[in-house]
This record gives sequence, structure tokens and C-alpha cells, in this order.
Amino acid sequence: MMANVKKMLFSLLAPAAAIVFALLVASLALWAVGKNPIDAFSSMWSFGTTSTSIASMINRAIPLYIAAVAVAIGFQMGLFNIGVEGQYLLAALFAGWVGGNIGLWSPLHITIIILVAIFVGAFWAGIAGLLKVTRGVHEVISTIMLNFIAFSVIAYFLLNWFRDDATSLNLRTPVFAESAQIPSLNWVFTMFGFSEPRGISMHGFLLVAVAVGIFYYMLVKRTRFGFELRASGMNPGAARMAGVAPKKMVLTTMLISGGVAGLVGLSTMFGSIHSYTQDFPRNLGFTGIAVALLGRNSAVGMALGALLFGFMERAALILDLEDTPKEVVQIMQGVVVLAVVIAYEVVNRMIEKREIKAAAAATRTLDTAEEVAA
Amino acid sequence: MADEPLAVQLTDITKTFPGVIANEDVNLSVAVGEIHAIVGENGAGKSTLMKILYGMQNPDSGTVQVRGQEVHFKSPKDAIDKGIGMVHQHFMLADNLTVLENIVLGSEPTKGPKLDYAAGRDKINEIGSTYGMDIEPDALVETLTVGARQRTEIVKVLYRGAKILILDEPTAVLVPQEVDELFNSLREFKAEGESVIFISHHLDEVLSIADSITVMRGGRTVATVKPADVDAKQLAELMVGSELPTPETTESTVTDVVELSIQGVSALSEDGRTILDNITFDIHQGEIVGIAGVEGNGQGELINALMGIQEISTGAVEFKGDDIADWSTKRRREDGIGIIPADRHREGLLLQSPLWENAMLGHQTVKPFAKGPFIDRKGARDRTTEIIERFDVKTPGPDVVALALSGGNQQKLIVGKEMIADPNVLIAAHPTRGVDIGAQASIWDEIRSARKEGLAVLLISADLEELIGLSDRLLVIFSGKIVAELDPLTVTPDELGSYMTGVDVEAAS
Repeated sequence: MMANVKKMLFSLLAPAAAIVFALLVASLALWAVGKNPIDAFSSMWSFGTTSTSIASMINRAIPLYIAAVAVAIGFQMGLFNIGVEGQYLLAALFAGWVGGNIGLWSPLHITIIILVAIFVGAFWAGIAGLLKVTRGVHEVISTIMLNFIAFSVIAYFLLNWFRDDATSLNLRTPVFAESAQIPSLNWVFTMFGFSEPRGISMHGFLLVAVAVGIFYYMLVKRTRFGFELRASGMNPGAARMAGVAPKKMVLTTMLISGGVAGLVGLSTMFGSIHSYTQDFPRNLGFTGIAVALLGRNSAVGMALGALLFGFMERAALILDLEDTPKEVVQIMQGVVVLAVVIAYEVVNRMIEKREIKAAAAATRTLDTAEEVAA
Repeated sequence: MADEPLAVQLTDITKTFPGVIANEDVNLSVAVGEIHAIVGENGAGKSTLMKILYGMQNPDSGTVQVRGQEVHFKSPKDAIDKGIGMVHQHFMLADNLTVLENIVLGSEPTKGPKLDYAAGRDKINEIGSTYGMDIEPDALVETLTVGARQRTEIVKVLYRGAKILILDEPTAVLVPQEVDELFNSLREFKAEGESVIFISHHLDEVLSIADSITVMRGGRTVATVKPADVDAKQLAELMVGSELPTPETTESTVTDVVELSIQGVSALSEDGRTILDNITFDIHQGEIVGIAGVEGNGQGELINALMGIQEISTGAVEFKGDDIADWSTKRRREDGIGIIPADRHREGLLLQSPLWENAMLGHQTVKPFAKGPFIDRKGARDRTTEIIERFDVKTPGPDVVALALSGGNQQKLIVGKEMIADPNVLIAAHPTRGVDIGAQASIWDEIRSARKEGLAVLLISADLEELIGLSDRLLVIFSGKIVAELDPLTVTPDELGSYMTGVDVEAAS
């Protein structure tokens, strides 16, 4: 038990060191452009911790987290689903169109939209899975290509088939009826005695993101499927000997990853814009890859990573007002991911060495005990 | 003679790794023109000692003297400069280059800016004829036999001017005929005044070739003896410090019930070559069928065909009377075919995962590991603890990652998880590879007692003693074909070696 606590503390070392390192690099960048890093960071902190900013941070973190989970499912078996971007945008388009054209009892309405998104995301990722198992096409190539195809398909459908009002300049699918608008969670702030966020509503889809996280944890850590998934990632040869069919595994994993990816865009859709629009949020799939790396595919780690990214993006807004280049935040995001990857490698090796040492020590004591007994 | 300094003298060498004393007060003296064998169980410290001599590791204390001169090697390059060369157990050759290119790689002879292949070729031929090493400089390495690859490695070392040769288990990969050739060359080295340090597990070989034998046990040198003064049994006792367990045949437990029937199985590789050629044999309940053969003659493919990983082109496999051709690997596992894979790192373990997950691998769909679609963590841990106790896996507990264990303990875990699942058929590929003699004996006992209970075993091994000692029937595989069926009670290792190298194939068929 003690050893486990120790191990956990030990593994917290890596992200902590990485964040400190990222702060240092960002400070250097700020200092190089003639700004005082301390001032910049302290104004980011005071601006970033208001209720409004926290709601915004969480809203930004929700889709990043779901995207990261989608990527991480693939990572667990060594599959690189670079296509989360295309999968979620396509899924959001169809979900928006279906959702805007029906009116039902609210829970049913919302469920149907979610199911459509999951189905479309899974379908699009499934193409890459199918290409891999039947034709040996590497999933990195196929998912990147499928992204481009998805962007064009979206543009075509939105322009020709799904647009709401032909006279409107803003291309969008029909707006959801009230029954498909998930209410905001702003009351949580007042419940705990904080001031209510202004001009922003914390997305109720947060609950779905939490559910996705729990689903992911249970799937990977607690189910047979998850074990086979991880085994295939760690040692394909051994997994095969153990009865895991590699092709079936690739296809199933891509379908699940794509299904989760389909949910990425729904938070914004249910919470604020209520349709698929031409300027629907982009790049969440790519940033999700960074968050998955940052959180090392762990359900909790990725949540913290997503919140960190959300915080940095939100807090960066204040920098503009102070005439400080807000690009420094992007530098920090990049550096922190790189640093975490390196720091984890270092810490992992340290942990491994400790375990080998412990096992060797235990073996020696066992030996001695036997000799004494004999 | 008395004045001539020793080729190598290691004095009071101690080397510790965190938590482990690999070498403790080790002393070793190798005279010029001597073949000096080092024997010991796995983990006795032989490899560490050789790494120290070859400059790959620094001793914590003690001195290394080469030809009377104290040396402090920082890297193998320093050792090579002093005339020490090492041939590793696993060859380090580039398959797509020729023998000549491999040998000169890193110390290329040049003529101006150009490579002087002619000079290299001459020198190699000269080395070859001096030491009686048959070597073809322009052959592509990928076309060579294992023996020829090893000769290439040795010539490579000699090419760099080695006068002291370290050979790490050189005979482990060779068939008997190749061993004889190697030993002839070693005698030539000796005649030329070279020294050879020779690590081996095969005590008979050691006794026949070595001038002196140093025995290591638990990181210490326990004795240095002359081969004339000891026999294999005494040597083995020095190694293990107790009686030597031998695989003896007990009374037959073979029944009439055919458990696994392989009928005319052939298979093709992806590029259309025949890798399994009309293989037919039955394994009965209570029977151990041994497959002998030089590695790479279809053993791996046969295992894969039986596990449903390699597709078979013709023939049938029947398990308990059912044709299992279209059964998935998972179904075969669930229905009672156990497997101890040939390469535990590539096919048997998740090194970064805890032992209980490793114990689950291959049994993840059945009790006590699975509970519906979920993993039964408690069941898995309990089962793992049971394996650890029954099979004497030395570990602090079931939550330790697999890579923290020594190879022998990893193997015990793999054997244990298969045996404890009580299979109907066990495919055991090299079940005792890399484990020490004590563990080997207990694994053999487990297999024997399971056989008594009716287990049908397919034993694939490179250890002839193991094959002969355990098997009820021996089949020899060569080029994907079963070329002989032999009675282990009457067969001699030499006879087996001939079939394995295909020498007697013409006469036999």
C-alpha cells in the first residue's frame, strides 16, 4: 500500500517538473520580447480564476478531453487515430442536421442526436480500420486522408443539402428545438457560493464527458476487452498467442475510438450554438492528441491535461489587453507536452529500476531464508 | 614457461548492481595457448565477468591484467586494442552484406579513398587457412548456416588481431557436426598460441575441449579444475552445489486415446514457399511427443498452425476428435490447448505489466480471471499467488512488473500459468530455456506428473537431453518435414544430430 502511494507521488513528479519547465521557457520568451514574465503570469492567474473564466475553461476542456479519450483508445493498442478531427466534424454535421429536423421528448431527442454522432464518427473511423485489416493501409495515412475527404464532404453537404435557410448568409443546419438544448450548469457556481459566470454558460455536456471518462477507465482497466487491447499494444506477438485476433481488434478499436470522437463537437452544439455552423470549432481533434500525450492516456491525467489547456487558452485572452503576445501560451502548450513526454520517460525508467531492485532484493531474502531453513 | 605472463589474470573482482552482487572476489587465470572453460548456472555471474574483461562494464574493485600488465578498459574498443575479442551468443551481423563486408566493417582496409576489398579478402582467406575455418568471403550472410555465421563472427574478431578470444555459449546454436568443426578450430587457435575463454552449459563438451575449467556459482568462482580430474557429474555438482537432476524416463503412461491428431498438414509462407510439408502424427493422452530439429526448420510454423495463427493449406488437425481447422486461437485456448511459447519476451509476456496480468494472458476469457465481460482482479491475483507458491517464482508479490524478474522466474510463471489451467494438450516450446538447473528439474517434474494425469504434450526443444529424457516418442523435423521417428530410449545424440542436419535424410527415405 505504502509502495503504491509512493509510486503515485513519484509519477506526479513528471508533470509537475514539465509544467515548471514550460513556465521557464515561456518566461524566457516573454523576457525576450521585453515583457515581465511575473506580471504576465500573475494577470493570467487572476483573470483565469474568475467564475466566468472557470466556466470558459471547463467549456474548452470538455471537447478536448473527449478528443483525447478517443485518441487514447487507439494509443492503448498502438493505433494512431489522427482522424479524430474529421470524425467529429462529420459527426457533428449529421448530428446537427438530424437534431434540427426533429422535435421529440427531450431525453429521446438528445439521445438520438448523440447516437447519430457516435454512429457517424465510428463509421468514418471504421473506414480506416477496414483499410488497415483488408489492405494493410497504415492508419496514420488513411485517417489523415479521411480528414481531408471529411472536410470536403462537410462543405458539400452543408452547402447543398443541410443548410437551413437558403437566404441566410451564415451557412448552418436548422437550429435545435428547445427539447435538444441541454441547460447550463451555471447554478453550480452559485450553489457553492461563487459568483455566477457572466455572458457564458457552463455546458451541461460536462456530465457526458465525465461519463466518457468513466467508460474509458472501466473499458481499458476493468474489462477483458480492455486487457486484450492493452496486451495487443504492448506485445502483439504475445497477444496473438493469447488468442487475441489482431484484425478484429484493430477494427473494433477504430470503431470505438471513432464513436467517442463523434461526441467531441456535441458539447458546443447542445450548450451554445444548437446547430452545425460553417464556423464550427475546429482543431479540437488535433489538440486532443496533445492532451492524450500530456495525460499519458490516463483517464484522470487527460482530464487534468484538458483543464490545463482550457485554462491556458482562456487566460491567454487577458494578455492581448496588456499588449503581451498571447502566442506565448501556445509555446507553453507545446513545451509542456514535449517536456511531459520526456519527463515521463525518465521517471518511468526510475520506477522500473526501483522495481527491479526490489524484486532482486526479495529474491535474495527468499534465497537466504531457504538456506537458513535448509 | 614459468616466466611467461598469463594471458589474462583477473584478481578479486567484485561487481555489484543495485541489490545484486553479480561478482564477488572472482579470480580467473588464463594461460597463453589455453582453452579455459567457464561453467555455471544461469545467473552465476559468467556474463558479468566476461563483460568486465571485454570492457563493457567496470568492476567495483579488483584488477584486470592482460599479459602481465594491469589494464583499465573504458569500452570494448580498449579491450580490442589489447587483443581481446568477444563473440556474443546472438550474432551481430548485417544479413544483407557479404561475409567480407561484415568482417571489415569498422576497420576497413583502404587504398587511398577507396575500400581495398582485395586486401581484406586475402587476409580473411589467410585467417581461414591458418585456423582451419572454412569461410567464403563473398557469400551473402543471409544465405549462411548458423555455423558459418558463427565462423564469420570469429574471423571478424581475429581480423582485428585478437589473441584472446571470448566465446559466449558458442555451441548453444550448433548441431553436433558443427560443434566438432568449431572445436577443431579452437585446437588450431591453441596451437597458434591464442587463448580461448569459453562459456558453456554443456559439460561433456567442456570436458572434451578445455584445458582448465573454472566453475562459478552465486557470483563466486568456486573451483578451477583440470578435465582429467573430474567427470561431468562432479562438475555439475560443483555448479549447483548439490545432486544433478537428470531427465530420466519413467514408466510409460501413454494411453490409446488420441488427443491431438495432425493429418497431412502442409502450409505455405506468404511468398508461396512450403514451410510445413505433409506433417502427420498423433499425440495420445498421457504421451509426450518430442520434436527435435535445428531451429528454423518449421517448428515455429507448426506451433502457429496448431494455435490457429498459421493457416494450413492442406490437411487437418483434430482435437479430441473435432476438426479444429476453423477454430480461432481463442477457442483453442479456451477448449484446453495450452502453450508455452518459444520466445517468452516476444510471445509470452507483457514486460511492463504486473505478474497477475501476465498470468491472465491467454486465459483472460475464463475463470478465475474473467467475470462476464469484466476482469476479476481478485481472482486473478489469487490465482497468481497460487502459481507463485506452487512453482516457486521468486518475486515480492503478484503486483511486480514482469521485467523485474529474472528470466528463469519469468519462465516459471509462464509454465505455471499453463499447467495450473489443467489443459488437455500442452504445446511446450523450449520449456526450460534460460532457467537454472533446479528450476529445470521442477518444470520437468510438473510436465511428467501432468502426463501421468493424461496430458498430451508436444515438446519442442533444442536441448537434446531434455527431449530424450522426457519424450515417449521423438520426431525429427527438417525443412518443414518430419524426417524420422525415433525411440528416445535407444537414440544417441549423434544419431539425432545427423537427422537434424539432413545428413541421413536420403538414406532414411
